[in-house]
Amino acid sequence: MASNQATCDGSLSLIDFQIAANDFAEKWKKFNSAYPEWLWIDCSNRLGFAAHGVIDGYLSLQNVFIRRSLEEERDEGGCNDDEEPFDNATLSTSDDGDQYHFHVVYSPSYRVPVLYFHVQNTDGQPLNLDEIKTNLPTKSAKVLLESKWTFITQQEHPYLNRPWYMLHPCGTSEWMKLLLVGVDNSMATNGTERYMISWFSVVGQVFGLKLPFEMLKSIG
Amino acid sequence: MERGGKEAQQYVWDGAIPLQIHLHDSEVTTLPPPAPALILAPRIGYLPLLSPQLKPFFSGALPPGVDTVWFDYKGLPLKWYIPTGVLFDLLCAEPERPWNLTVHFRGYPGNVLIPCDGEDSVKWSYINSLKEAAYIIHGSSKNVMNMSQPDQIDLWRSVMNGKLETYNRISSKLKLGIVRDDFSAKLNPSSSKIQHSVDETEATAAPKASRIPVRLYICNVDEDFDDFEEELHFDSWDQISYINRPVEINGEGKYFTLLDAVKSILPEFYPNSSNTIKAEFKNEPGIEAEEESKTGIIEGTSIESVESQSLSGQPVIKLVRIQGIEPKSEIPFSWVVKNLMNPDYFLHICLYIKAPKPLDS
Repeated sequence: MASNQATCDGSLSLIDFQIAANDFAEKWKKFNSAYPEWLWIDCSNRLGFAAHGVIDGYLSLQNVFIRRSLEEERDEGGCNDDEEPFDNATLSTSDDGDQYHFHVVYSPSYRVPVLYFHVQNTDGQPLNLDEIKTNLPTKSAKVLLESKWTFITQQEHPYLNRPWYMLHPCGTSEWMKLLLVGVDNSMATNGTERYMISWFSVVGQVFGLKLPFEMLKSIG
Repeated sequence: MERGGKEAQQYVWDGAIPLQIHLHDSEVTTLPPPAPALILAPRIGYLPLLSPQLKPFFSGALPPGVDTVWFDYKGLPLKWYIPTGVLFDLLCAEPERPWNLTVHFRGYPGNVLIPCDGEDSVKWSYINSLKEAAYIIHGSSKNVMNMSQPDQIDLWRSVMNGKLETYNRISSKLKLGIVRDDFSAKLNPSSSKIQHSVDETEATAAPKASRIPVRLYICNVDEDFDDFEEELHFDSWDQISYINRPVEINGEGKYFTLLDAVKSILPEFYPNSSNTIKAEFKNEPGIEAEEESKTGIIEGTSIESVESQSLSGQPVIKLVRIQGIEPKSEIPFSWVVKNLMNPDYFLHICLYIKAPKPLDS
């Protein structure tokens, strides 16, 4: 049912995004239960009406508390990221640390998911871009941001009419193509599922959010 | 460019909105208060670019502090990255001449508007849109990203200053020729020689199935919204829906009108008109894609065989405005794109539409 487009050019159709997002949210709930859940926010009726079968919306993860950098430095001991067990260091279960909200929104222009985020400190004050950048958990996040593949910019949230930060999507299909290369055709039906998990395994690292090994293993 | 096309584009570039700009009361520190500034704002330009012209009018009256310029129309903070002409077409159902706006130099509403630090922010936003357009057309933004610095600067300047010739010279290097506009050629047979060289650029750039950058700004209106005498007041941008979806053209030579294009990116209202939705529904078991209806009357898309949701009526388009013009819906879409697009290669369309209502609500 899902198209193989994802494995060919690094992009994703709208319908495939919706399928993949749903699948991602379910797996996250199963393997990442220490975190809040991803919820699908349905916006199908935002024009006042939507014909039957037309779906519009985005994935939302609210209230993730991420403690600032110091704790995460120890993650750089040269471990193979894929084999590192789920690390609670990035997640603060109490209210200290900055409060993040993440939204995954589909871009019809770039045909890829885009990560939007909003951060506020313990006083409820939104952080500005410089504060966000200096508080990013790991060195690898900084490297990622300085590469041409992705950078943070402030744009209007496509559904909420307010400024949010986002990881710019212009390089996404390029690095997704590389990530998904070597998927042999017998696994092509998994293309859509692999897409979101693979995608998040990269962008999540900007914030020190690692996907648990079991979740990565579930896509083969 | 053949003569016909050049004239239309020049006409668009020459378009301007007369503005009467008042300083916000809270920022007036002199008596008498300063007179409003009368300015002609290019349609294809952006409001923050007017601040160098505006400051001399008001600087004497401002309280001390740092200037962060923003505008509002009847209390609605204006999104500065939307071209001025589009804002006017959208927010003024009955065109107001001059258009009365309020300027602020303090108290930037950062929770509503993304920050603007003057010309640089506007330039960045413009280049970003151009990259997005290039990505939509070519599948890659490389052409724009690889522009030389001098070219980028000259291109931006040509947009700021309305220099169409310079703009065409530099932008043609980007090879973003969108659709083959066969219709202009037919209108101007004598200039077919010039048309040929344009076609060369366009032929190498446009693939058979192409995507066209479109930004649609939708205002939902009621039944009785006919005369525009009843003022539509926008308290918030939540009353306007912004749809940033590319139009897909199959290049099969089928006559594709402006209306066809609008319908194709509004599956919410026109479920049978979207190529994408039709194609993808075909893959789902148990779904029958309906035939595209020629008259535009919507038949419910049956997904479950028992219950199908029909519309109580058709969506009614009350107004389509592009560059201040209300084009007839039967005009070939390719003509509209080629002649009415903005310098960012997007076609910005303002739409006032009465949405259908579900029968069972």
